[in-house]
Amino acid sequence: MGEMMSDEIMAQRVALELSGDCFVNLGIGMPMLVSNHIGTGKQVMFQAENGILGVGPRAEPGMEDKDLGNAGDEHVTVSAGASFMDSATAFDMIRGGHLDATVLGAFQVSQKGDLANWKLPGRKLGSYGGAMDLAAGARKVIVMMKHVTNDGLPRIVRECSYPLTAKNCVSLIVTDIAVIKVVDDGLELCETAPGWTPAQVQQLTEPQLIVRNVSSWPLSVS
Amino acid sequence: MSKVFESCAEAVADIGDGATVMVGGFTGRGTPSRLLLALREKGPKNLTIVRNDASGGWKNPIDVDILIEAGMVRKVVTCFAVFGSPKKVSLLERAAMDGLVDVELVPQGTLAERIRAGGAGIGAFYTPVGVGTEAAAGKEVRVIGGREMILEHALKADFSLIKAHRADTLGNLVYRMSARNFNPIMAMASRTTIAEVENLVDVGGIDPDEVMTPCVFVRRIVPTGKVA
Repeated sequence: MGEMMSDEIMAQRVALELSGDCFVNLGIGMPMLVSNHIGTGKQVMFQAENGILGVGPRAEPGMEDKDLGNAGDEHVTVSAGASFMDSATAFDMIRGGHLDATVLGAFQVSQKGDLANWKLPGRKLGSYGGAMDLAAGARKVIVMMKHVTNDGLPRIVRECSYPLTAKNCVSLIVTDIAVIKVVDDGLELCETAPGWTPAQVQQLTEPQLIVRNVSSWPLSVS
Repeated sequence: MSKVFESCAEAVADIGDGATVMVGGFTGRGTPSRLLLALREKGPKNLTIVRNDASGGWKNPIDVDILIEAGMVRKVVTCFAVFGSPKKVSLLERAAMDGLVDVELVPQGTLAERIRAGGAGIGAFYTPVGVGTEAAAGKEVRVIGGREMILEHALKADFSLIKAHRADTLGNLVYRMSARNFNPIMAMASRTTIAEVENLVDVGGIDPDEVMTPCVFVRRIVPTGKVA
């Protein structure tokens, strides 16, 4: 088997999904890396659910502004044409279907595109954050996650055993070894990362993957 | 009577046992930290706190978890009860496991909309967020426009503690950057809204076009200067 791709390489792959002129919310954690990989010439505007449309790169050390941060509590900048808004308006954008896409982390995704990402089993509490709103409202939900758990168990499962964030909402899954599309009849394996065969990806995936035309990851991995 | 209070202690002096208190801010940004410290000092018990994040663990050390730690809180309505890393147990989760605090977990946008509804005189609304999840447990489900939606009720409070960048002495408020977040909607949703403000100017010192929270929503103002 090949090596698992790094978080940055996954972010690079997710970024290819964001075509020009779109509005996108990046979930807290790994998805936030995607903003580093938007090619020049693309007009992607990032929304942060704490009230920013037009989130720019992270603030340089010494240039942080105490009032300017993203939903993950990171000091950021804003891009040209940015705007600030209150939380209700930020979620009007999300719930109202005004965002083209969201990229979310996940614990599990089912073969029907159910998403589980807010609570681990056995825990008293979890954090919804804005994930339920994003999963229900964004026009396209892209999940970015490692293919298996730290214990080597598949995260892509027949039925989620973790508490759900939303049913049937995910359209694309980018993991550290594959790109998988949620289609009407199940999960279609679209791409494998360098060094991985469809059979090897299948071994680490619980439901049967549909294999029609599998291409290799369109990235130069150095 | 002037709305301007000289100290946070005076401004929170009548927050008593059993009160419901909304607290503005999102992580540290826009969080009324001086009012929170004053409230901890005053020490009312059995509070219900409504707040975006109650997990603690962010960069800002002064958060609603100082009230939870002090044993003043009976219930928390929030969307962040556990810190980013799901493996870490927050103070709130510990208190909930010990049966000391009830937690009502609400999706963030639903929380914002319930607060706005509370301030706007709307009793409840239907939303597609949370359908088919634990967030829908016990709630009425109805198909509207071909989509399943759940009934969510408005939230109101006795007090809102908020933070603004600038105020005039009438209570017109201006927020700055991402420190706005929940503050304007919480300002509307309480009987008594108390604003901690970085800058206080005379009436006329804020262009009417720039006012974000009109003064009708604000009862008390405490100038605290620029503090974290």
